[in-house]
Parts: sequence; structure tokens; C-alpha cells
Amino acid sequence: MAPEGNAAPRSVGAVKPQILHFDQPLRFKSGTTLDAYDLVYETYGRLNAAKSNAVLVCHALNAAHHVAGYYADAPDNVGWWDNMIGPGKPLDTEKFFVVGVNNLGGCFGSTGPKSVNPATGKPYGSSFPVVTVEDWVNAQARLADRLGIASFAAVMGGSLGAMQALQWTISYPDRIRNAVVVAAAPKLSAQNIAFNEVARQAITTDPDFHGGDYYGHGVVPRRGLRLARMIGHITYLSDDAMMEKFGRSLRSDSIKFHFDVDFEIESYLRHQGDKFSEYFDANTYLLITRALDYFDPAAEHGDDLSKALTPAKARFLVVSFTSDWRFAPPRSREIVKALLDNRRDVSYAEIDAPHGHDAFLLEDPRYHALVRAYFNGISARL
Amino acid sequence: MNGREQVTLSERSDFQAIAAWIKPDSSVLDLGCGDGVLLKYLRQTRDARGYGIDIDDANVLACVKNGVNVIQSDLERGLAGFDAGSFDCVILSQTLQAVRRTEEIVLDMLRVGREAIVSFPNFGRWDLRLQIALGGRMPVSPDLPYQWYNTPNVHLFTIADFESFCASHGIRVLERVVLHGGRPVTTLVNIFGSLAVYRIQKS
Repeated sequence: MAPEGNAAPRSVGAVKPQILHFDQPLRFKSGTTLDAYDLVYETYGRLNAAKSNAVLVCHALNAAHHVAGYYADAPDNVGWWDNMIGPGKPLDTEKFFVVGVNNLGGCFGSTGPKSVNPATGKPYGSSFPVVTVEDWVNAQARLADRLGIASFAAVMGGSLGAMQALQWTISYPDRIRNAVVVAAAPKLSAQNIAFNEVARQAITTDPDFHGGDYYGHGVVPRRGLRLARMIGHITYLSDDAMMEKFGRSLRSDSIKFHFDVDFEIESYLRHQGDKFSEYFDANTYLLITRALDYFDPAAEHGDDLSKALTPAKARFLVVSFTSDWRFAPPRSREIVKALLDNRRDVSYAEIDAPHGHDAFLLEDPRYHALVRAYFNGISARL
Repeated sequence: MNGREQVTLSERSDFQAIAAWIKPDSSVLDLGCGDGVLLKYLRQTRDARGYGIDIDDANVLACVKNGVNVIQSDLERGLAGFDAGSFDCVILSQTLQAVRRTEEIVLDMLRVGREAIVSFPNFGRWDLRLQIALGGRMPVSPDLPYQWYNTPNVHLFTIADFESFCASHGIRVLERVVLHGGRPVTTLVNIFGSLAVYRIQKS
């Protein structure tokens, strides 16, 4: 796909995470207060003199602040949305100043369950407050304050990240001019919550979980995390994509009449689970799935999403993928309908992609051309 | 799904007629909006707050490039997601002849819009009648530029057909403009008109 008006796409190059300490207490939706906390973040591109070209990219379940580029000492550690963000890419860092942040409760440097609670000298563990999407957005707004960003040109995210973008338009309507909402849902369905509950049960019933305070025992509930990831992974892919990729292929030339790995898909899921359980914190997984479950902006407005979105002033780009059964297109259409009810500027695309929920992370030319065109429009209005 | 994609603004003589009927600041839904040039025109000339609907990926992209709101959706599935009376005007510009569920679409437009504007190529024009009557071949004209085997138009009809449809479906015609070569036609419109534009409402 030939980019229009953008240089040939390339990587933002070697990047470095930064950390900011916040000592103004943050009150969570649950009523709990966190007295002080750190947020780790990365930025790409340059903030213009008017400070009008900042774009916040919000992460989903298993990602963090490392959105684009790579680390000099770990060149294989490429940001999770590197195909989208960089010089000449759909979100062009030659034009925009892009911010990625690890959310509170995370396990990649921002304060979370594995961080040491200064009051006890021990990791927070089970005592870390249950965070919500609203809490994350409040923390992100404080980061924006510190970076001198009064208003974002856009807040963008996929899946849970899209929920944060949506929440921004409600919580801080004057601080966000565009929301790019990809593979989203305005709230989880019973089936979505059910999958999360199975994942959480896998973790909390692991004998190494120790009620969430496993850090002091020198163990991690690896088996639970592994299962949680395997279940999650199934929901990210479509039936067709999985069949296409693995079919019924066997690891060896015949079935072995045992319960160890026979099929390629089993091997793949185990590998994904193993990898994940080595770097992800189980408590963070619990917190993030709960934030997903609890996200429901319409709840406070008599289940009327249109009323919930009444404060929003941003323009919206909403994108869904036809084969996404986790957050299927009708869920995005609910958002679009609510925005239409409020006469907000909104464009909605339903990309006919076979990859399921994960499609938002992949490089589909129609999807990327659309995001590129949308950001070119934002850039022209800067 | 329609012939609008490659057509530039100047070639679309129905745009001015449509714009003249759009009240300033009104909300407009354009069905089969193509690249969004009509909506852009209505925003520029009438301050209209518009949304387009189109199924085609390239058209959705073109609308975003044109800075026009577009909702990717299949017209043939109807306007089920839209509340009754939620738009001041619903437009179907040179698309009616290309939709399969003609009746449903027109009635749905009049449910969602307080008014509707429909434009279509008139199959009753004299030269088209002659092509079929004397030439024995399906007509081809600047407004109907396709051969029978590659046309996206599945329902070809005349001004008289449309007015009879309105009468039998409880649809009131508020205004009508008939054009040929971009100029208004006032006499024997079903014979001399090549493009008809109607402003309609539920009776």
C-alpha cells in the first residue's frame, strides 16, 4: 500500500522508557486511595510548540507502554503496535507526539501488585486496589499534566485500550479532540465475563497463588497464568483463522493415543501459555480482567449509552473486524449508534478480516489506510 | 454498488437541486454516499451535519479522506439501527435503481427521516424508449451508461412509475425537479427528463 503524504514507513528506532513519580493521592472508583505511585511511559516524535499534536495510545490486556520501536539492548523487543506507529506509518511520528503508558496495576514498571508498598515494605500483592478504566484514565490525565499536554489530538486504543479512549471522551471531553476506537465494546457480555472468570479461577486455584501474596513464597502461579493465557488466546482468534493456521496438523506423523501434545494447536497454546507465564504477573492479570468486566459507562445512566456519551465532544473513528467474535461488530455499532444519537462526528468501518479479535494488531491494508487517512485529517486540522 | 464513485461534483446536476432543499444546520443521512462529495457539498453550502452510509471499503476510505462522516453498512439490511425521525432528511441520490429491496428502503427512509430526497435516472426518456422500441436493444445513455450485462442497476423505472409508487404507498411528493443535461425540464417530463429529483414525505 503506497502511503500518501507520508515518507516511507520505518521504525522509530531505539527507544527508552521513562518513569514519573506522582505523590498526589489518587482516589479510585472503589473508594480506595493510592497515596503515591509511579507511571512508566514512552514517547515518540516531538511535541510541537503549541503542544497540540500529542496522541495517547492505550494498551489492552497483555501489553504496556512499549508501543513502538525497540530497545537498544534488546533489538528483538519490538513495541506491540510498531506496525501502526512510526515515521511514515499510519500514526506518523513525524507529525505526532505519541505517548504510551503502562497502566496502574500493571507489571512492567508502573505501580502494581508486585511493587513494594512503602507502608509495609512488602509487595502490594492482594492488597493492591481493584482498578477500573476510569481510574486508569484519571492517572493518564495526570501524566498528561506533567508532560504539559492540555489536550490530546487523539486518544487511540484497541480492545481494552479502546475502552480507555471511549472513557477519555466522557471523563475529559475538553482534553481529547479525537478518539480512535478499535475492536471495542461498550461493556462486556456475559460470555466475555465468563471467559474472564475461567481465567481468574485458573489463577486463584493454582496452589502457588497463596491468596495473591505469592511473592513472599518465592513462587508464581505459573500453571494458572498459563491456562488463563491459553483460554484468552482462543478468544482472540477466529475459528477460521485457527483452522487455517493449524488445521488438524499433528506434531508427529500419527496420533499417539495419549494426552500429551498430538495436535499443532495444542503445542501452540502451550507455547503461548509458557511464554506468557514467564513475564506476566498473575495479580495484574486478575486486575485487568476485572477492569474489563466492570467497564460499563452506561450503567450510571440507566443503561443508556447515548446518555453516557452525551458529554463527549471528540470526533470518533470506530473500527471493527467481521471475524472478531470477542467484541463483534454489533458491539461497535452500539457505540456508533450512541454517538449518532448525540450527533457526534463519527466514522465507522467494518473491516472484513479473517483474524478475529487480534486483527486490530495486524497489518491489514484497508484498516491501516483508514487509520492513516483519519490521522492525516487530524494533522491537517492541527 | 452505484455509479457515483468516479463521478465528479460538476457532473452531478442533482446536487444543486438537493442542496436547495436542505435547510441550514439540518441533519442529513446520505444512503449509498460514495466518496462523500455530496455530504461535503452540503456541509460547505448548507452547514448540514451529515452522515453517509456505504458498504464499499474504497468509498469508506474516500469519505474519511474527504473528512466526511461515514458508517460502513449494507443498505440492503435496512436502517434498523436508526431511530424513527432521527434525521431531518434522508437522501438516496442515484442509488434507488441499484438497490434490490426498493420498497423497504424508501419506506425506511421515510421512517428515519422527517423528509427524504430521492434522485434517479428516468428510464422513460424518449431516446431510451426509442432504443428499445426501434433498436430492440436495452438503452444506454450518459445517465445509464451500462450494458445490460454489467449494470449495477437492478430496477429501471420511469418518472410515471415512481409517482404511481408514491401514490400507492402513501407517500406525498413535496417537490420535484426534473433535469436534462443539467437544465430543468418543465414540460412532458417523463419524455424529456433524464434525471428526476423528488422531495417526499409520509402522508
